[in-house]
Amino acid sequence: MINKKVANVAEALKGVKDGMTFMLGGFGLCGIPENAIDELVRLGIKDITCISNNAGVDDFGLGLLLQKHQIKKMISSYVGENDEFERQMLSGELEVELTPQGTLAEKCRAAQAGFPAFYTPAGYGTEVAEGKETREFDGKMYVLEPAFKADFSFVKAWKGDEAGNLIFKGTARNFNPCMCGAAKITVAEVEELLPAGSLDPNEIHIPGIFVQRIFQGEKFEKRIEQRTVRQKA
Amino acid sequence: MLDKNGIAKRIAKEVKDGYYVNLGIGIPTLVANFVRDDISVEFQSENGVLGMGPFPFEGEEDADIINAGKQTITTLPGASFFDSAMSFAMIRGQHVDLTILGAMEVAENGDIANWKIPGKMVKGMGGAMDLVASAENIIVAMMHTNRAGKSKLLKRCTLPLTGVGCVTKIVTNLAVLEVTEQGFKLLERAPGVSIEEIKEATEGNLVVAGDIPEMNI
Repeated sequence: MINKKVANVAEALKGVKDGMTFMLGGFGLCGIPENAIDELVRLGIKDITCISNNAGVDDFGLGLLLQKHQIKKMISSYVGENDEFERQMLSGELEVELTPQGTLAEKCRAAQAGFPAFYTPAGYGTEVAEGKETREFDGKMYVLEPAFKADFSFVKAWKGDEAGNLIFKGTARNFNPCMCGAAKITVAEVEELLPAGSLDPNEIHIPGIFVQRIFQGEKFEKRIEQRTVRQKA
Repeated sequence: MLDKNGIAKRIAKEVKDGYYVNLGIGIPTLVANFVRDDISVEFQSENGVLGMGPFPFEGEEDADIINAGKQTITTLPGASFFDSAMSFAMIRGQHVDLTILGAMEVAENGDIANWKIPGKMVKGMGGAMDLVASAENIIVAMMHTNRAGKSKLLKRCTLPLTGVGCVTKIVTNLAVLEVTEQGFKLLERAPGVSIEEIKEATEGNLVVAGDIPEMNI
């Protein structure tokens, strides 16, 4: 067993620097690496590029990094829930690259799987395809999209073991598995970190080979963005 | 004339037994309420769930189980969770049978615009560009005209496009229309709405051939 366990979030984030590019898992506030984000805020590193489907809300998730003006550029598919984001974007402080959600996921997966680029039909004939190579296959048009390049991936899983194997829960899975092994260093924070051998190998979602560092998150607030319920009849 | 629930009710009739369906935000979400309960249908949400159920009862919300609108949801027997790349493999790979989404504008050639208004805050396209570029069966659910009373069924879209030549059918508060090479072919009228009213509200070419029945909802 190759042990990937580190003592805490500080050790897990060793080597992060100004100007780096990070991938961060999560959809909305669901399945975001809360502990890594808090540590990035504490470290105060600047000029970072974040690849993340969304940009958090004003006081949670990536919104915390925006508040401190630590983010130079966001690469996302949807950024609607954050006033500070809007202000920084409109004032030109923050650079934003909007990418179709499936393309965003595949650009992560391509980096993970060793593909330099791929063709997708998404965005053909729209401003997303401007300046990009296009090609016809079987009568349909596709756009060439390059894989992402990133320094760190920060992902959040439900359970993990010391070997770095991960299991996700519900829709908190989302972008997290696609980002594992897609950056130079993948840091996984888990709700429950177990000794190797505790997880059934049949049930592992992401094998430890894609993870360099794993730690037990200190706290998970798991905030709900849109609490919707129905009444009991 | 239909309200939003009426539009959803009419679209629900397009949902067939054995369909995997992706519902967009807004009117499309309401469609789930009107699907016949004697057919088997699974709803896909692009954030990574197939087999979505209704909202949870109070106190049973799970922060780890949400839909693409970030709302808490439940799952039904047979449901599954998966990652975002696999979710879009389902969409891009045309495994999803029907996509229902809203739009700001649709053109008579099937172009759709629903993500960006220049000069206003741009929130992003989310999964809409992937959905419209790949799905073979796309129904647009929208009001026939915008708040200013201007037609949303146009000769050419004026807003930045989400996808080209992709819409097959449109259900509005006034009519059901099909996108054909000649333009918007009128299939059905909403209850109490005349062909003249539909013509008036449609900027793009409207093809009216033969008798146009009223919707049966």
